[in-house]
Amino acid sequence: MNPAIPFPKLTFVELRKMVDTRAGFWLQVATAVITIAAVVLVGIVGEDTDRTLRSMLSVAVAPATILLPIIGILLVSSEWTQRTALITFTLVPKRLRVINAKVAAGLVLGVIVFAIAVVVALAATAAFGGDFELGAAVFGQTAVVVLTGMLIGIGFGAAFLSSAPAIVLYFALPLALGILGEFNFFDDIAEWVDTGRTTTPLMEHAASGTEWAQFAVSMLVWMVLPLAIGIYRITRGEIRAA
Amino acid sequence: MAHGPPRPILRAMIEATGLTKRLGGRTVVSDVSFRCEPGTVTGFLGPNGAGKTTTMRMVVGLSTPDAGASRVLDRRYHDIPNPGRHVGVLLDASAQHPGRSGREALAISAQMMGVPESRVTELLALVGLDDSAAKKRVRQYSLGMRQRLGLAHALLGDPQVLILDEPANGLDPEGIRWMRGLLRDFADRGGTVFLSSHLLSEVEAVADRLLIIGQGKIVADGTRDELLAGTGVLVRATDPRELENALHSAGLAAQALEDGAFVVDADPEAIGRAALTGGVVLTHLAPAEGAGLETLFFQLTETPA
Repeated sequence: MNPAIPFPKLTFVELRKMVDTRAGFWLQVATAVITIAAVVLVGIVGEDTDRTLRSMLSVAVAPATILLPIIGILLVSSEWTQRTALITFTLVPKRLRVINAKVAAGLVLGVIVFAIAVVVALAATAAFGGDFELGAAVFGQTAVVVLTGMLIGIGFGAAFLSSAPAIVLYFALPLALGILGEFNFFDDIAEWVDTGRTTTPLMEHAASGTEWAQFAVSMLVWMVLPLAIGIYRITRGEIRAA
Repeated sequence: MAHGPPRPILRAMIEATGLTKRLGGRTVVSDVSFRCEPGTVTGFLGPNGAGKTTTMRMVVGLSTPDAGASRVLDRRYHDIPNPGRHVGVLLDASAQHPGRSGREALAISAQMMGVPESRVTELLALVGLDDSAAKKRVRQYSLGMRQRLGLAHALLGDPQVLILDEPANGLDPEGIRWMRGLLRDFADRGGTVFLSSHLLSEVEAVADRLLIIGQGKIVADGTRDELLAGTGVLVRATDPRELENALHSAGLAAQALEDGAFVVDADPEAIGRAALTGGVVLTHLAPAEGAGLETLFFQLTETPA
């Protein structure tokens, strides 16, 4: 018997699968192009206060925080929507290994994208003569926001096992929550579950204990819960493609 | 059934015992047992919806049986560390990402199983997908091309066992003949082939053993010759009606085929005598061969009206 497929190899293949299709490839290119365009735009039309490294970094990661979750969704759901799950799980019948490899691949891609955003932000700050002040806390917290965004996407993809509903609900649910948050009675709850509100402090300043707690609770709802549902569905269920 | 010398007991490469699957309150596969031995092609035959695909899905671990178990290479499929190197599987040729090129689809699996990229080129050539076809996205492939790509994918890891669900679907007659040669050769070199089809003619020519399934149950299992021998004698006469009377008077059980022929479960001499007694002119008297197997197939799998 041949030995089991090493985990790094599985992870690498998952990374390859993210870029070797037309959709996957252009999604990555779009992320890069929009990142650069956003930074250049802010550099040209922004105020002096916008040209600091801290501000540039938050602009540079903005496209990634929107597009990485979509890449994460597709990383899982396309196996079902495009029916490749049949192949993937006959080659790797231990289903949890596949999920782990996808999570690992998603995190690797997240780190790469974050690194690119940092380089772009540095270059833009230098080019537009901005202030290089950033702080280790904001740097680390921004990385956390980018990476958790990727994991939320993987969670949604795994929970729905279908690309279209996962993507639509990924955008629609927080939007609905944002609207509900406009009502006073819901405001207190939204502070703890609306990721738009819980992630903002992390990108702006060293977060307080309460802010971390609010972020953690929102991640429990949007990241941990979908991931748990997804892992349950994939490991227990029948692997059947749509 | 023919009684030859006992066949040597070979190690089963695929072994299913009592596989049962219920889906949506319906028993799709019921107590299915079989074994596939090295050097043989086993044809898994049955009409659409008989449970062939579900059985195969259970064998490769995509579906969990409600009862029973299956083993591939003497272990549970899940426990084969790198299954692609031992078992080639083709369950659905359309289950490929349409945005990926044919070559890339093979390359990622090759990388995963740990076989060199040169193997991809080799297999593309073997299944007759040339350079320009290999570069095309799977979206542009015809069903026949997808089937060829699927076969290449199944053979990629140089497996000992092939599990193929309806591999002839979408292939033209020339393609079907080519595939038969490929599978025969694979088995002759010691490999084990388990392939399904809803068309008798597709597997009859290549299968050593036939496993026939109808409404989720195995209804016949044996070597091709065994199943053929059990189907009697095909007989024709100038007047089918008189022939039927003659057979009936002689107490021979006859089954009428659509074209006026009969399949009779008796030896040719008994039929000849019956015809002589009845004064019937025979035009054909021979072992039933394919015609009988076809009758058997329809008989066994037909839904009772």
